[in-house]
Amino acid sequence: MASRETPEVNGGSLADIAFLLLIFFLVTTTMDTDTGITRLLPPEPEDQQETEVKVNQRNVLVVLLNRSDLLMVGGEVMDRLALKDKTVEFFTNPRNDQTLPEMEEQEVQFPPGSSSLLSPEGVWTGRVSKGVISLQNDRSTTYGKYLQVQNELVAAVNTLRNDFCNLYFDKDYDELNTNNPIEEEIQLGIRKIYKMNISESEPKSIGGRN
Amino acid sequence: MSKFRKSSGKGLQKINTSSLPDIVFMLLFFFMVATTMRETEIQVRVKVPEATEVKKLEKKSLVSYIYIGRPVAHVARMYGTEPLIQLNDKLVSEEGIPYESIQDFVLFEREKLDEADKNKMVMSMRIDEEISMGKVDDVKQALRRARALIINYSAKKEYRNQGRQR
Repeated sequence: MASRETPEVNGGSLADIAFLLLIFFLVTTTMDTDTGITRLLPPEPEDQQETEVKVNQRNVLVVLLNRSDLLMVGGEVMDRLALKDKTVEFFTNPRNDQTLPEMEEQEVQFPPGSSSLLSPEGVWTGRVSKGVISLQNDRSTTYGKYLQVQNELVAAVNTLRNDFCNLYFDKDYDELNTNNPIEEEIQLGIRKIYKMNISESEPKSIGGRN
Repeated sequence: MSKFRKSSGKGLQKINTSSLPDIVFMLLFFFMVATTMRETEIQVRVKVPEATEVKKLEKKSLVSYIYIGRPVAHVARMYGTEPLIQLNDKLVSEEGIPYESIQDFVLFEREKLDEADKNKMVMSMRIDEEISMGKVDDVKQALRRARALIINYSAKKEYRNQGRQR
């Protein structure tokens, strides 16, 4: 028998098959990554009784969303877009206003030598707000509006953190890498200075069920 | 002169397509890798709101999903059109505040995690923006009782115009 050459496989239809598969995956792909605003719920009190925490009146900013999605901040009706600036003012109290929250002198430890604006030991001394934001809503409030308000409050705290981080460490707060122990310490320090003090209150029914 | 005319007079040259499969396969592999197949059938309609301060959820294995929305057409025939809660893949039929369903759900999901991750469980709340907060508050209360305290309000990234961004 004479040695035969193996016939070449026709590769012309390979592209067709691959295209078919490609189109299948193109259609079924969902590229959505999970994004969202992470919040921490308060633990349920051990005994069912309401534990009244004594807070000074000036330290609380009541943000109320009523059943017609109207926003009331600290007793006055407000547009959603003005809430962020109001919150920043509330947490910083720049002019030591008597109606805005008390500020407390505190020391926060940062990694030594991490910033030229800090002492060589990395201790920051300054005013930390005692303010708490109390976010209240009605049962009939729309969730979309509620989240927008949450978003503004989170945005305000993030802005403060970011400004601090830019000033002292010449970096965006978001860019801090939590896998790096030094940067993680910086992040924890900044979180101590600007706390995410947003309390979602116990649900109350303010006027009827939906 | 005549040399040039000869070659151009023969009509269009054929494009070599032998590398086409390679290119297509490359694209195919990209999409195969990037695809996440949806494991659960979502039985409620959810259009999550938009927000600017969203962060990515890092560890998928720690995340369980709670959907709240109006049921899709074929479910609505059985359950009506009132908003429903779906926990990962099953609908909640409990009346009032769904303490028991959520308690069971949280225990079940927590059981799947490693010992070290048990209190890092994240509840991703995928809630339709039209839903009223009463339903959401119920779920939040139930989650508190079940001690699943890290929640994530699912939202899409919203890009505001440059004027408002600092």
